[in-house]
Amino acid sequence: MNTMVETMNRVTDALSAVELAQERAFCQTVGDFTVPNPRMTCRDVEVWYGPKQAIRRVNLDIGRNEVLSMIGPSGCGKSTFLRCLNRMNDTIPGCRVTGSIKLDGQDIYDKKLDPVLLRARVGMVFQKPNPFPKSIYENVAYGPRIHGLTNSKAELDELVETSLRKAGLWDEVKDRLDQPGTGLSGGQQQRLCIARTIAVAPDVILMDEPCSALDPIATAIIEELIDELRANYSIVIVTHSMQQAARVSQRTAYFHLGDLIEVGETNQIFTNPQHKLTEDYITGRFG
Amino acid sequence: MRLPMPALGIGLLALILTMAMSSWLLFLSVLLIMALAYQLGRRRAIAQVGGPTKIKRLHSLPAYHGLYAALWAGIPALFVMGLWIGFQDQVIIAQVIDALSPTQIEGLSPGQFNLLISDIRNLATGNIVSAQVTSELQAAADHYNRLRALSRIAMWVVVLALALGATLMVWLQIHPSLRARNRVESITLAIMIVFSSIAILTTLGIVLSVVFESIRFFKLISPLEFFFGLTWSPQIALRADQVGASGAFGAVPLFVGTLVISVIAMLVAVPIGLLSAIYLSEYASRRVRAVAKPLLEVLAGIPTVVYGFFAALTVAPFIRSLGAWLGLDVASESALAAGLVMGIMIIPFVSSLSDDVINAVPQAMRDGSYALGATQSETIRRVIIPAALPGIIGGILLAVSRAIGETMIVVMAAGLSANLSINPLESLTTVTVQIVTLLTGDQEFDSPKTLAAFALGLTLFVVTLALNVVALSIVRKYREQYE
Ligand SMILES: Nc1ncnc2c1ncn2[C@@H]1O[C@H](COP(=O)(O)OP(=O)(O)OP(=O)(O)O)[C@@H](O)[C@H]1O
Ligand SMILES: [Mg+2]
Repeated sequence: MNTMVETMNRVTDALSAVELAQERAFCQTVGDFTVPNPRMTCRDVEVWYGPKQAIRRVNLDIGRNEVLSMIGPSGCGKSTFLRCLNRMNDTIPGCRVTGSIKLDGQDIYDKKLDPVLLRARVGMVFQKPNPFPKSIYENVAYGPRIHGLTNSKAELDELVETSLRKAGLWDEVKDRLDQPGTGLSGGQQQRLCIARTIAVAPDVILMDEPCSALDPIATAIIEELIDELRANYSIVIVTHSMQQAARVSQRTAYFHLGDLIEVGETNQIFTNPQHKLTEDYITGRFG
Repeated sequence: MRLPMPALGIGLLALILTMAMSSWLLFLSVLLIMALAYQLGRRRAIAQVGGPTKIKRLHSLPAYHGLYAALWAGIPALFVMGLWIGFQDQVIIAQVIDALSPTQIEGLSPGQFNLLISDIRNLATGNIVSAQVTSELQAAADHYNRLRALSRIAMWVVVLALALGATLMVWLQIHPSLRARNRVESITLAIMIVFSSIAILTTLGIVLSVVFESIRFFKLISPLEFFFGLTWSPQIALRADQVGASGAFGAVPLFVGTLVISVIAMLVAVPIGLLSAIYLSEYASRRVRAVAKPLLEVLAGIPTVVYGFFAALTVAPFIRSLGAWLGLDVASESALAAGLVMGIMIIPFVSSLSDDVINAVPQAMRDGSYALGATQSETIRRVIIPAALPGIIGGILLAVSRAIGETMIVVMAAGLSANLSINPLESLTTVTVQIVTLLTGDQEFDSPKTLAAFALGLTLFVVTLALNVVALSIVRKYREQYE
């Protein structure tokens, strides 16, 4: 009985996927998706959840020391694409990624590459702050510990301090490092998660709507932080706030129903969009 | 007090059966009246506002008026019927006895008196009688039958009158402004309170009776001796001249035995249960999980008596011969055997509770750890287990209380002799085993030996209750953490 229902579902899913494919031919991205000397390059990336395609033929480069923002209506595949960049999609059953994604010229989907090591180089900050139910200190020390980044307690202390400083949290928590990270305010928790990510010294930081659970003041602090972090990291940020994209990012990518519609300088995207869909979205006519 | 049990039993059974037949019919009639009352109430409510289109003007929906009528029609009638069935036999018997000539009951012992009554009953219902059927006995039986017939008719009349009368009363009450919904809700609330208080009162009654009997015990034997005495030998002289039965009620050997067996059980159950929970919730594929989890839970469904003879007939001899092979002296009823099997029985408690709390750790925790480049096992060891620890400890405490209270396995596989020892290869006894042995066999109800069972039971109850309270509060705290 169950298997029958499953098969039926699969058939209908497949049919709708076929329909979708026939309906919308492959959509060429408007704008230049390449950058000189990229940190990451994505070519012909496609993502499937079972029979359902979530990302269609996306080409995109991520530069060094830049903030790239990804915008688009809900369900267009921003999170999905972001998760491809550090292979977090591996943990989702039924998810399949094709195409090539390179980090410093090395294919991250290479069979020989350990996703665990990749994730130490491409960190991720989530929409909802998710500190571990441990002390503030332990939250930050977690990554360095598992990767054996420090040799002594003193070194670890120092790494924790610099990470918290870079995340702009040190002054607020330096007297209560042994208290649970879950006891901080939402904005502080999110900065703790950023500190935790910085502590493993990644090359790229992925942020999936990092401010959507925060108030405007906490948001402003994090935006400032992102701008500072740009000096040392490549940052990809998904956001629903176009003001935020305009404030923090140098380049912007607009996604629509799994397609990368348009990519370009943030200024240009917001003042002079080339594609009709982009224009509709940023002028608020849609999405 | 010995009764002719079979005769009495058959008589009562026949009685209940014939009663049941006619009562069923009456019961069905009352249900029918309830259905009728429902329809009447509903229709009248609709009629009073002038048709189904205008029911907006009713305070409560028509169905509530119907329900209100039905509840009134049913509850008092059924209540009276229940009382009637419960007490009519006593009333009738009392009347029959009153009518007996004094010579018939003069000088009868209570046992003979009861026999006479059951004879009357049996004769009346056409069963076998123990005594000669005298004319007086026959007369009494006829009297009994007459009264019963009368009672039955009276019950029908009263119950039906109540049901119909209540229906009529409500029918007259129904009015657009009648707060039928509120009343139905308070009646249902009252019914639920009555039923839940039955459960609570029963528990309270059990606890109180155990407490009172324990107090009686502690009047005979000082609590100091009971809780700190090192010898347990509850044999009391049945006759004054019997030798070697002084009676010693130091329960420490039982507490130690219980502790040793529970510790062995936990040593088996905690690692196996916890590791299988981790495997099932974190590593196993959906297919494996779908098969393995129910299989593991089957362990909880095996009757404890089966575990008991598995322990006594399979495990104990095996351990004994293993011990002999190693040159160890193992008792044939070793604590080890009982503890091992008890541990197996408890595995599903530990594993399913741990599985629950591990699954309750939010996916965001796992994602956060993976995103930092942690492997799955690092994530489990350093994030998931610490996060789930309070819940896991709560689950383990619940399992401990289960182990302490477990009876069947230890009755069959652990010893009876109260050795004060912590050597698991010896025969040890537990609190539950001793309660069973104290209460089986012919006892005087108020001997210290019998009362000791209540004191042991109370101790057991207090300990397991405390464990449960602590465990549940830990688990609850833990749940709140992730709300
Ligand atoms: N685990 C999953 N299994 C199946 N389908 C999924 C899964 N995750 C996402 N999808 C589907 O993939 C598509 C893209 O989802 P995604 O979460 O990437 O959107 P998004 O752009 O991040 O949306 P939002 O702005 O609401 O976060 C959606 O149609 C979604 O239903
Ligand atoms: Mg998303």
